[in-house]
Amino acid sequence: MQLTTKQRTKVDWFLTILRVIALVVICAGFAAFVAQMIDSQNPFARWANPDAINLTGEQFQGLVVTGLAQGAMYGLIALGYSMVYGVLGFINFAHGEVFMVGAMTGAVTSSKLAEAGYWESSFVLCLVLVVVLSMVVCTVTAVLMERVAYRPLRGKPRLIPLITSIGVSFFLQNSVLALLGSTVKSYPDLPDWLTDKRTFLEIQGSKILVVVVAALAMAGLWYLVEKTKTGKAMRAVAEDAEIASLMGIDVNRIIVKTFAVGGAMAGVAGILWGLLFRSVIHTTGFLPGIKAFSSAVVGGIGNLGGSMAGGLTIGVAESLGPLMILEPLGVSGPSQLRDAVAFAVLIIVLLVRPSGIFGERLPPEERT
Amino acid sequence: MTAAGDFPASQDAAPAAAPRRRLLEQDWRKLLRASAILAIAQVFIGLSGMPVSFDRRLLIDPILSLGYLSLLWLPLAVSYWVGREQVLEGMTAYARGGRDVLAGAITGAVGNAGLTLLVVGITHFDIRDPLVNWSPQLLGILEFEESVWLGALIWPAIGAGVGALGGGMHWASSRITRTTVIVLLSVFGTAVLESVITDLSQGFHIEAVSDWLYGPKRGLTYPAAIVVAAAAAAIAGGIAAYRAFLARTASTSGQLGIAASGETSANRVRWRRIPVRRLVGFALSAAAIVVLPLFLGRLTNELLANVGLFILLALGLNIIVGLAGILDLGYVAFFAVGGYSVAVLTSPGSPRFDLEIPWFGALFAAMLLAGLAGLLIGAPVIRMRGDYLAIVTLGFGEIIRVLLLSDWLSGTFNGAQGITNIPGVEVFGLATVRGFEPRSVLYLVLVFCAIAVYVSWRLENSRIGRAWMAIREDESVAEAMGVDTVSAKLMAFVTGAVLGSFSGAILSAKVGSVFPHSFAIIVSIVILVVVIFGGMGSIAGVIAGAAVLIGVLGGPNQPGLLQEFAEYKILIYGALLVWMMLQRSEGLIPSVRRARELHLDEMNQDAWLRAQVAADDAGGGGGGDRSEGEQP
Repeated sequence: MQLTTKQRTKVDWFLTILRVIALVVICAGFAAFVAQMIDSQNPFARWANPDAINLTGEQFQGLVVTGLAQGAMYGLIALGYSMVYGVLGFINFAHGEVFMVGAMTGAVTSSKLAEAGYWESSFVLCLVLVVVLSMVVCTVTAVLMERVAYRPLRGKPRLIPLITSIGVSFFLQNSVLALLGSTVKSYPDLPDWLTDKRTFLEIQGSKILVVVVAALAMAGLWYLVEKTKTGKAMRAVAEDAEIASLMGIDVNRIIVKTFAVGGAMAGVAGILWGLLFRSVIHTTGFLPGIKAFSSAVVGGIGNLGGSMAGGLTIGVAESLGPLMILEPLGVSGPSQLRDAVAFAVLIIVLLVRPSGIFGERLPPEERT
Repeated sequence: MTAAGDFPASQDAAPAAAPRRRLLEQDWRKLLRASAILAIAQVFIGLSGMPVSFDRRLLIDPILSLGYLSLLWLPLAVSYWVGREQVLEGMTAYARGGRDVLAGAITGAVGNAGLTLLVVGITHFDIRDPLVNWSPQLLGILEFEESVWLGALIWPAIGAGVGALGGGMHWASSRITRTTVIVLLSVFGTAVLESVITDLSQGFHIEAVSDWLYGPKRGLTYPAAIVVAAAAAAIAGGIAAYRAFLARTASTSGQLGIAASGETSANRVRWRRIPVRRLVGFALSAAAIVVLPLFLGRLTNELLANVGLFILLALGLNIIVGLAGILDLGYVAFFAVGGYSVAVLTSPGSPRFDLEIPWFGALFAAMLLAGLAGLLIGAPVIRMRGDYLAIVTLGFGEIIRVLLLSDWLSGTFNGAQGITNIPGVEVFGLATVRGFEPRSVLYLVLVFCAIAVYVSWRLENSRIGRAWMAIREDESVAEAMGVDTVSAKLMAFVTGAVLGSFSGAILSAKVGSVFPHSFAIIVSIVILVVVIFGGMGSIAGVIAGAAVLIGVLGGPNQPGLLQEFAEYKILIYGALLVWMMLQRSEGLIPSVRRARELHLDEMNQDAWLRAQVAADDAGGGGGGDRSEGEQP
């Protein structure tokens, strides 16, 4: 919108060139990938990457499923970022650490349950218990964080709560390190029927479980936000906090509830991490946190459905991107670059469509 | 919660007419809350393992170790906070007295009961599985290696004592309070600076001083602690008397209300009026900085070199964050560009290029590359919203680290093995700077620090500097005023990047090797904490912040004076960042303009109140026509 009224400067030309370069790299990589899938001896594929080999269908399916499962997890974390951004207009950088706290809680409780023998005998019940416990712990963490660190900063310039949240993030991360030690906490083994690949369409059961749990949590959240009075109040505050307070809504209370709901979702996501990767350390929360934020931006911040879709996009892009774009272009060791791919997706989306794929939903003064 | 608590106008005006308060007329709810917070915090500190791992470091030889100090400072702070009343306009200010002492004592005692619970808990239960510090060692420290009963009972008693002291600080006059604080800080400082002072006295061949000051286990001895305390008290008293004298001669307008604030501002004006004094001070400190390293030993020089590296980094980030108001979380990227370009160009071990050009040539290349990196990272992000920009720059920082680590580019950067065998710096055939000679490194760092300080200082008051500050305050207004925001912001990125690359270049020559893990995100965060702690946009503040934080706590990979803090460094940095933002977002030594931006409301309020007082005085004390007060 600004571009129409303003002269295009050198920076704009530079950005256009960057966009074109990004597009060309992606297209070239994808074309080379298609070429090598058709025939790995294809001259184009050989030219791009001398040791091109084609992926088998099974590998491909495995990558997609892994990407979707991780994406569902990112999506759940992204909801927390998105809701807080919608209501308060700042990035709660520490949200990734709340997720880590959830994963830690899950690791501690589930290994205790496994010691007592319940994990084997009644897995579903234990899982529900662990999820609920993790949700509770994460909710408390998120609400405390809001009360101690963010509430006194209402109305300050936007960067101040952001800087504070960076501090909170490193505080939480290192508190967990100090309290629980630096060893890797692992989850107990999952029952056989979940780890077997033959459950459904040759997909690992645990990944289906992850997607199902994420879908359930998402449905619960959708019900809360769209169908209940609290949800209506949340939407009102996100639309315009001042007018909402004039309508008799206790804005502080709604903000606390927003943090609580975001924390609970992060708690669920923490358990999903545990099911997927089976081990947690204190730095676990950092990268997924950033990726989840990227998901929220990709889907359009403030837009809950968008966050979930953004999470799936980032998850799949991160899982497929290295092998579909980078490897056909001759990059060696492409899966080391998956984190870089996730960040690149964020940067490209912000360059091409700053308001995200599904459009952001923010109060008027936040929109750009 | 904000600065309204120490409202300057009312503190000195109040006591004359303030009513007394009964001893038991407490705000019980506040006491309860403070005690609960204190109890939780004490248990947290205990379980975080600080008392155990700090116990080896003695501060005052037989009686006080850093471990016990970690459990003592919080009751003092919380009970001081409990006694503090918010005296807002229109409310009655109560006389301070025994009530505050009682409040502090109660808070300290009840809060420390948390430690009693911990002692009892550790003796009866074993939950060492998740909580690694639920250990007999912690129990031993909590019960003073005696019995459980002693441990359980003594902590509330200690809490009551320390709490009474904290609460009593309100009762005492502000001069006594200030002196107490100075005395405590200087004893603590002397104990912490043990290695520097020992080093210095060896350098000047007066080992007797340090031998007398410190016992065999690095702590201050009893008599030394008392002498240091007495000296500090005398100096503090002297300064206070001098200040009072200055204030008396300077402000003839000794109006009741603004005595306190008038004192400081008069002082400041006085200093500004005598530039000769400042000049002399500056020359003396410059001379001291140049001469001092000759008398210092390896350890201290090494420490100071690290501090200098972080001063360089922080000054660079200060231009981006402090002056232009762009929150760059990926600043470490420029550090990495500086370090790796020098490494690749100078080292015989660099895998792709076999150039081995001298360090200064490589430095020039590093500057160019860093400037280019500043442009490349800056251009896509400057149009973004402030907070998106933060995360995207963080992403760039992480991308650069991942690329340095990757197999793909290991042909140039050698992946996780890093580049080693980086030669030292040949200074035009005069001298060689090498990592194993910390003094030479320190001099190199000092030269670059001087350049960076000069550049920052000149930029701050230049056209572009004013443009940056305008952008920081309000971007659209700056644009409307004709500031070319895009190129100004890019300039900030490029300048900051070049300053950061200096630091990287020196680091690689100093250490002799570079590894990707030296350029993790946490480095960016630590630099950010240094800038914010010191004061965004203030050069003196940034230097002080780096000296205090990096010198005492240490950098992300570098040890500080308190090496025991190693595992808790980042924890403390995080807590400090939050606390600074909540309590003093303008930093330790704020830049005047920045403080004005952040506290505009409070300053307006102050000015309004002052105007009211003045109007009251003019109108012979009749406050009837307040309603038409000229609110600014």
